[in-house]
Amino acid sequence: MSTVVRVQGLTKSFKEVQAVKGISFDVAKGEVFGLVGPDGAGKTTAMRILAAILAPDRGSAEILGMDTTSSREKIHDRIAYMSQRFGLYQDLTVEENIRFYADMYGVEKKQQESGIKKLLNWSSLTQFRKRPAGKLSGGMKQKLGLACALVHTPELLLLDEPTNGVDPVSRKEFWNLLYKLVDEGLTIIMTTAYLDEAERCHRLAFMNKGEITARGTPGEIVRLIPGGVYKFKSDNPFEESNLVSSKTGAVSTVFGSQVHVMGDVTEQDIQTTVGRSVQISKTQGSVEDAFVYLSETVYDR
Amino acid sequence: MSKRLKFMLKKELLQTLRDPRMRIVILVMPIFQTLVFGYAVTTDVKSVDTAVVDLANTSATRAVTDQFVASGIFVPVWKNSYEEAWHAMDQSEIQAMILFDRNGRMQFVTDGSRGLSAGVTAGYAAAILGRNQQAPVTVESRAWYNPMLESRNFYVPGVIAMMVMVITLILSSMAVVREVEIGTMEQIMVTPMKRWEFIVGKLLPFGVIGMVNVLVVTAVAVFWFSIPLQGSVPLLMLAAVLYLMNTLGFGLLISTVSRTQQQAMLSAFFVIFPASLLSGFAFPIANMPAVIRFFTLFNPMRYMMTILRDLFLKGNGLSTLWPNYLAMFLLGTALLTTAILRFRKTS
Repeated sequence: MSTVVRVQGLTKSFKEVQAVKGISFDVAKGEVFGLVGPDGAGKTTAMRILAAILAPDRGSAEILGMDTTSSREKIHDRIAYMSQRFGLYQDLTVEENIRFYADMYGVEKKQQESGIKKLLNWSSLTQFRKRPAGKLSGGMKQKLGLACALVHTPELLLLDEPTNGVDPVSRKEFWNLLYKLVDEGLTIIMTTAYLDEAERCHRLAFMNKGEITARGTPGEIVRLIPGGVYKFKSDNPFEESNLVSSKTGAVSTVFGSQVHVMGDVTEQDIQTTVGRSVQISKTQGSVEDAFVYLSETVYDR
Repeated sequence: MSKRLKFMLKKELLQTLRDPRMRIVILVMPIFQTLVFGYAVTTDVKSVDTAVVDLANTSATRAVTDQFVASGIFVPVWKNSYEEAWHAMDQSEIQAMILFDRNGRMQFVTDGSRGLSAGVTAGYAAAILGRNQQAPVTVESRAWYNPMLESRNFYVPGVIAMMVMVITLILSSMAVVREVEIGTMEQIMVTPMKRWEFIVGKLLPFGVIGMVNVLVVTAVAVFWFSIPLQGSVPLLMLAAVLYLMNTLGFGLLISTVSRTQQQAMLSAFFVIFPASLLSGFAFPIANMPAVIRFFTLFNPMRYMMTILRDLFLKGNGLSTLWPNYLAMFLLGTALLTTAILRFRKTS
């Protein structure tokens, strides 16, 4: 497998805030790589550097063997970047939007006809091609944004929280489209705060406060929770969750009426701190548990 | 012209023409403004209701009154006492008073609360009384270039400078910020499009709109208001191009310091008001204090105003107007350069 993206010691500061602190990772061809982390972790900054629209202070990002600071335009010819709010011209129609981006990328007119037809078909927007982009639903806008980004058949697709604010059904549809692209050999790097989405990635990197604190496949990430996850039902889940975490030093979160406890604790510890007899089950946990665990513990290595 | 620039212009054109508000701004607004300044905004005094109180009632006083009435400007309203006349002035029923006391001494009073026209009225009165003097030398003043001193001839050419600044400055600054606001800017930045192509693609359409405005207002001025265009049309166009460098440069500069379209619009007004007030459009620059006069040197509208009036009314050529052209060129270059440099930095 060839390497599409190689990031080494990437650092970027804005005034006093260090947004990205020396992160490094590689992404191979055909991979779906997820940058996951809480808001303000530096994900978007990292993505903008990869998209060659922001220069790093230190370190380097190599895309398809080219440096992002010295070969901006060559990189732009071969990658696509979809920002959080993909920019569509609301007063132009679906087709005009796609055509505009095709023109901007210098796609030949002959190829445009077949390419646009294919993209409209693929995104099932054919019947809406004469509709102004502003009159589309959120999910359709998302698909149109993706179609615009892919109009020049890029080799790498950068997605910054692509399904933010999109309903679950449209999100699923969006992912099906993405998988089709991956089958055709596209490499994808995405940021997300949705954990079900993170589980769909081949590999993940957890970012927190500008640093990558953990990385691996979703399975590997889950195994980073030492000793698994204890779950119990509670009538006052928030109260008992806080109680457990403050008394035992473990990480504890609430899922509905369930309390999940992770970290250096035993079943007995939980029983005694809660002070009542509870039914505790132990599972391996999900990426979501790992996300909470990794966000709340300083991960020293 | 590069291919991408052509497509960018095509897109801008498509967006502009699709927006019904834009069509109004581009065509209807300039004509409307010209008509307003041509008809409504006038400092000419046409008819002044004047109270006449003649306590002497001699042939001499009646002769003076007759002269005022014969001018066609003063419409007499006969009153029997000073008090009656004063009351009428308080009620704004009259705008001037001609008062003769029992000895035939005359007093002329105008309503100073009406500012500019009070002065003009007093001027007329002085002219009429001047003619009455049986002196060996008669004083007669004549205004060159605008013999009737019609304010329309003075203001309508100036409207071109105002109009072009208002329209191109506001629209261009908002258009660039709009791309940032809706997120298309970030998307365009990841296409191979070059920055200069984006800037030219964004500004050129407004340059064209500005030129169309100049032509429309000039046509209305010449064919509707019969304001003579003594100078050459190519010189007018050259001035317009240089002037547009300034307004579009300002527009781009504003867009680099604004995050939203609202901010851009407010900043644009912040530029337009002082620029208009300090342009000589309504208030002569020569009468301003030295400090303010110094600031007007950096106001492109000042130079455009001079060029427009000289071209329309005097028919001057480059031999006398070149300093104004040069100043606009230098200011425009400085503005555009600063804006483009800042534009690079911010995005």
